[in-house]
Amino acid sequence: MIIAWTFDAILAIIVLAVAGWTIAARDTFAAVIGFVAYGLLLALVWVRLAAPDVALTEAAIGGGMTGVLLLVAVARLRAAQAAAAAETPGAALRLVAGGGCAVIAAALAASVLLLSDPAPTLAPAAAANLPQTGLGNPITGVLLAYRALDTLLEKVVLLLALLGVWSLAPDRLWGGLPGLKRHARGDDPLVFLARLLPPVGIVIGVYLLWVGADDPGGAFQGGAILAAMWILALMAGLIDAPPVSRRWLRLVLVAGPVVFFAIGLAGFPLAGAFLAYPEAYAKPLIIIIEVVLTLSIAAILGLLVAGPPERAPPPP
Amino acid sequence: MSATILFALGGSALVGLGLYGVIIHPEPLRKILAFNLLGSGVFLLFGVVARRGAAAGLAADPVPQAIVITGIIVAFAATALAVALLLRLFEETGRATLPTDPPPAAGAEP
Repeated sequence: MIIAWTFDAILAIIVLAVAGWTIAARDTFAAVIGFVAYGLLLALVWVRLAAPDVALTEAAIGGGMTGVLLLVAVARLRAAQAAAAAETPGAALRLVAGGGCAVIAAALAASVLLLSDPAPTLAPAAAANLPQTGLGNPITGVLLAYRALDTLLEKVVLLLALLGVWSLAPDRLWGGLPGLKRHARGDDPLVFLARLLPPVGIVIGVYLLWVGADDPGGAFQGGAILAAMWILALMAGLIDAPPVSRRWLRLVLVAGPVVFFAIGLAGFPLAGAFLAYPEAYAKPLIIIIEVVLTLSIAAILGLLVAGPPERAPPPP
Repeated sequence: MSATILFALGGSALVGLGLYGVIIHPEPLRKILAFNLLGSGVFLLFGVVARRGAAAGLAADPVPQAIVITGIIVAFAATALAVALLLRLFEETGRATLPTDPPPAAGAEP
């Protein structure tokens, strides 16, 4: 008990210290490195809060993918960093901002500490209806059965974000190849890693997808790891990103939301409501949705990191 | 003091830290970073609420946890879009900040 509490206290202090570092660091590159470490430490906090599913997502996306995205941006913006740092506000403004933010943090802390006891919870309802879905992991049940509409709309948000990123390409490069072209030499450690890790990573990604029905894991976590493997191979220059005008690529991107939506519509005649599953087929339908979603998520996440097209499309 | 309370305080402090960073950093990239910090603090508060809702043999309420998973993905998508906008701004203007007032032209009459 004491050991667990001490561990939690030390963890909380380290997380806050690293978070403070990412805000206080002068060098943006150092701040981003701090942010990656922060994401991994935060995953430990999620484990301590009995949320292994969230921990996997945080480690893969909050730390890893966001970290790669920001590191690439830092490298490109290096030239403008000195000019930007000169615009730092004065001590008076910083003091006022610090005071205001401290008040907001204190108010939040007070309101969380004063929450009603016993806490309202949907856990009994989620647990009671789980057998009907054929799943063993209540989180997957919430994501793909009880609150499937949220998950469907989130896929649409991902697609819209990707469209937004692509639309930033200049006209002449539209339909071309995304950035992230690296000139890694054959003996770079990155190239070695990009040859070593993907076979293992792909197996782990597929495994997370498959066990997600009953244990921590699922389409998001599996998709994120598959995307990470793709990005690794892209950055090492082992493969090249496809031109964004390719029809097969666009099919993979929309397949997840489209299949999800189609099965949701089929819920009207078969189970009486949008996104309702007929009880006998609930689990197979959910697995089909998850498999297609994983592919779409991996492709969308990878292309979001790759950025807008930066090289002209090859002649058709 | 239980671990849940400890992480509740931590989450609140992260929201404050992130908000401070969003306000004081002139570089949009640092603002994006701080905004992610702010978001993770909010997610952590969701996690605390979920943990407090432990019942029916589950260690935590799965509904807030599932919402946080959705939230992390959406936050990533928004970050990717913001970074792409910033890189395009840099490409077009050579600047990586958004000055509030354009500098007055030299010798211009008021």
